[in-house]
Amino acid sequence: MLHISAYKQVMIWLTVVVGLALALPNAFYSRVETHNDALAQGQDDTSWPGFMPSGLVNLGLDLRGGAHLLAEVQTADVYATIMDATWPEVRDALAADRDTVGFVTREASRPDQLIVRISEPAGAARALEIVRGLARPITSLTGVGSTDIEVAGNGPMLTINLSDAEKLAVDDRTMQQSLEIIRRRIDEVGTREPTIQRQGDTRILVEVPGVGSAQEVKDIIGTTAQLTFQPVIGGAGSTSDPVSAGQEILPSVDSPGTFYLLDTAPVVSGEELVDAQPSFDQNGRAAVSFRFNVSGARKFGDYTLDHIGEPFAIVLDNEVISAPTIQSHIPGGSGIITGNFTVEESTNLAVLLRAGALPAKLNFLEERTIGPQLGQDSIDAGKKAAMVGSVLVVGFMWMTYGLFGFFANIALIINMGLIFGGLSLLGATLTLPGIAGIVLTVGMAVDANVLVFERIREELKTAKGPARAIELGYERALSAIVDSNVTTLITAFILFYMGSGPVRGFAVTLGLGIITSIFTAIFVTRSLIVIWFAWRRPKTIEV
Amino acid sequence: MRLRLIPDDTKINFFGFAKVTFGGSVVLLVLSIVAFLAFGLNYGIDFKGGTTIRTESTQSIDVGAYRAALEPLNLGDVAITEVFDPGFGADRNVAEVRIQAQGDAESIAPETIAAMEAALTAVDPNVTFASVESVGPKVSGELIQSAILSVVGAIGAIVIYIWLRFEWQFAVGAIVALVHDVGLTIGLFALLQIKFDLAIIAALLTIVGYSINDTVVVFDRVRENLRKYKIMPLIDILNLSANETLSRTMMTSGTTLLALIALLVLGGDVIRGFVFAITWGIVVGTYSSIYIAKNIVLMLGVKRDWSKKDPRTVGRYADVEGK
Repeated sequence: MLHISAYKQVMIWLTVVVGLALALPNAFYSRVETHNDALAQGQDDTSWPGFMPSGLVNLGLDLRGGAHLLAEVQTADVYATIMDATWPEVRDALAADRDTVGFVTREASRPDQLIVRISEPAGAARALEIVRGLARPITSLTGVGSTDIEVAGNGPMLTINLSDAEKLAVDDRTMQQSLEIIRRRIDEVGTREPTIQRQGDTRILVEVPGVGSAQEVKDIIGTTAQLTFQPVIGGAGSTSDPVSAGQEILPSVDSPGTFYLLDTAPVVSGEELVDAQPSFDQNGRAAVSFRFNVSGARKFGDYTLDHIGEPFAIVLDNEVISAPTIQSHIPGGSGIITGNFTVEESTNLAVLLRAGALPAKLNFLEERTIGPQLGQDSIDAGKKAAMVGSVLVVGFMWMTYGLFGFFANIALIINMGLIFGGLSLLGATLTLPGIAGIVLTVGMAVDANVLVFERIREELKTAKGPARAIELGYERALSAIVDSNVTTLITAFILFYMGSGPVRGFAVTLGLGIITSIFTAIFVTRSLIVIWFAWRRPKTIEV
Repeated sequence: MRLRLIPDDTKINFFGFAKVTFGGSVVLLVLSIVAFLAFGLNYGIDFKGGTTIRTESTQSIDVGAYRAALEPLNLGDVAITEVFDPGFGADRNVAEVRIQAQGDAESIAPETIAAMEAALTAVDPNVTFASVESVGPKVSGELIQSAILSVVGAIGAIVIYIWLRFEWQFAVGAIVALVHDVGLTIGLFALLQIKFDLAIIAALLTIVGYSINDTVVVFDRVRENLRKYKIMPLIDILNLSANETLSRTMMTSGTTLLALIALLVLGGDVIRGFVFAITWGIVVGTYSSIYIAKNIVLMLGVKRDWSKKDPRTVGRYADVEGK
């Protein structure tokens, strides 16, 4: 009567063993962590046996310490860039028909549109036709049949806007590019396991464990490293001095109060860099060496050949890093930037140059820094609470249900192991609320067993013999166990779906805890009871 | 001798003091709404935007001096609270400094943080900054929205499940019990002005999950007894079911509370608000499944006479009965 087939028994205990094996590495956390790091770097490491699972539960930022940032990508910046690039194209196209349309000027407008005026109103129709001819069809899936720009005419004025389909395509491209650049910049600094995720349409979530402050991360990713090499026209007194078209005044980084009058058209820009490395100049000061691609090298070579003896400026993000005088023709396309750098600054600058410019500005919506000590304190407190809580629950169960309580306690301990095994298997992140979720699960996990045991007590009063009572107890408690746990599982799903960060970690442990506790209550405890029953064959039982 | 929280074969009439129990809950719920409207909730930066800095120092904390040091920075609304925890020794003093969102800026300027840290270091050279968290008004607005959505969504999804598995009267009973539990928890947080942030929303959802778990166990027994005793009055069936499951209800609440109290005392101050909410919720949740959900079912009545209207259902139940 009271029987579980051998096949089922094997399956149950195999699951337990596998689950516990998966959980085991977490008991030797730092050892396995160093082992995994060593393997990741291609080293041979024998500090942890290779046949054992080595997956670990990831610790969330609130436990490990680190920085969390939520940034919004200002994709509209890119619209402006596109419009700026469209202007010469429109101008040149219209210039070809100067007889009909007259002269073309760009009018002031919103940054994401382009308004041009032609001097011959009579040629407006022709101008409209020419500019519309510049529109390109969009190849994206959603934008089939539409073109990238929309042109409207109003007398001598032509207004050019990006089409909605093109804006979507641009947004998507900008996000991909931003994600990639952020990822590369953070990887270059070499922190372990950063999280860089797209959230929604225009947001990026960045989590970097182990850094001292969110500001450090912002410094690495937020800087739009726009490097240009511009001809120097002369000096200037301040940025408010009058300048003629095509010129600009930029301050010097190293000597405050020094300003340079520069030609806005760069000789070469950072996009043509192929490599940048921290290095040292001949005087042993920190510097950054760089190399251009073929076209950049040619432009740079031609310019240095023609302008020997003249100064040129190395401009980073609208500040002049240095303005050396060209000593000789530099043909190979490689050079060195010197300035008053520290070694760390030169390293960061090299990283920024190598990763390229962010296509759009980032606006930080949320930032959190958690100190590593606070995280460690939380882990210690959580461990202590979990241990004390478990001892209390185990004692309580044993006092209430005796031997059956002892079975339930074994199942409870297995259950804890399975939660960690599951978390390691899923590569889920354990957060502080997640630890609370585990402790809560300890309290709630016994529920399924309690339901069964209480039912067995009831059935003992009426049923014929203990075996039948146990069987009926499991059978009749099942619907309550399933219904009550499905509802809790629903809330865990909603928490996971709606929540973020720590809350999501809580949802994962809660949901996993429900599943493992049903498994241990229905299968593991039952299996223990069946084995015990077959061995002792008791005439009466007390639950 | 075994420990028995509840003696076998209790025959408590749970409707005996319905005026006190159910009426008391209604009064408490109304009071919670009043507290919520009168005091409002002490929203954390998750929902209000702003910046929180957690400071730790070996010296004792002089909140007045902290406030005076931050005064010249013109940060607007500044709240400084000292944090206590049994785990802290005498040389560990923790405070939380919260400032409102600055102007229209989404996240706080690094200069502001640096200025605050410098001002606090001037007061107490030993101070360290354990965490700095900043949330912009844009995100906090969205977080409120999704928080409300998730609580409402969870209750909705559960009610649909109960409705599918039981009769609609049970679903109504469940939803009233859930609103009761969530309402009383929010009321307590308004009354005590405990920080209300995202973690508390997670706690509310946990309460919802736990409370419904308890309610479902009682309902499951009601469903079973309805089939077993076809002519017993509904009120007696509800009482019988509550008595039969009482031992289990107390056991599970007991073990859960044991674990939670360990966490409340030893789990550290960072999650204390969260654990406190869940602990309170377990108590009201247990209460509501015994005293609220069933009363609603009794008020609405349950269709008993399936045999004449819907033979299909009877077939299903008869099968269980036959064993």
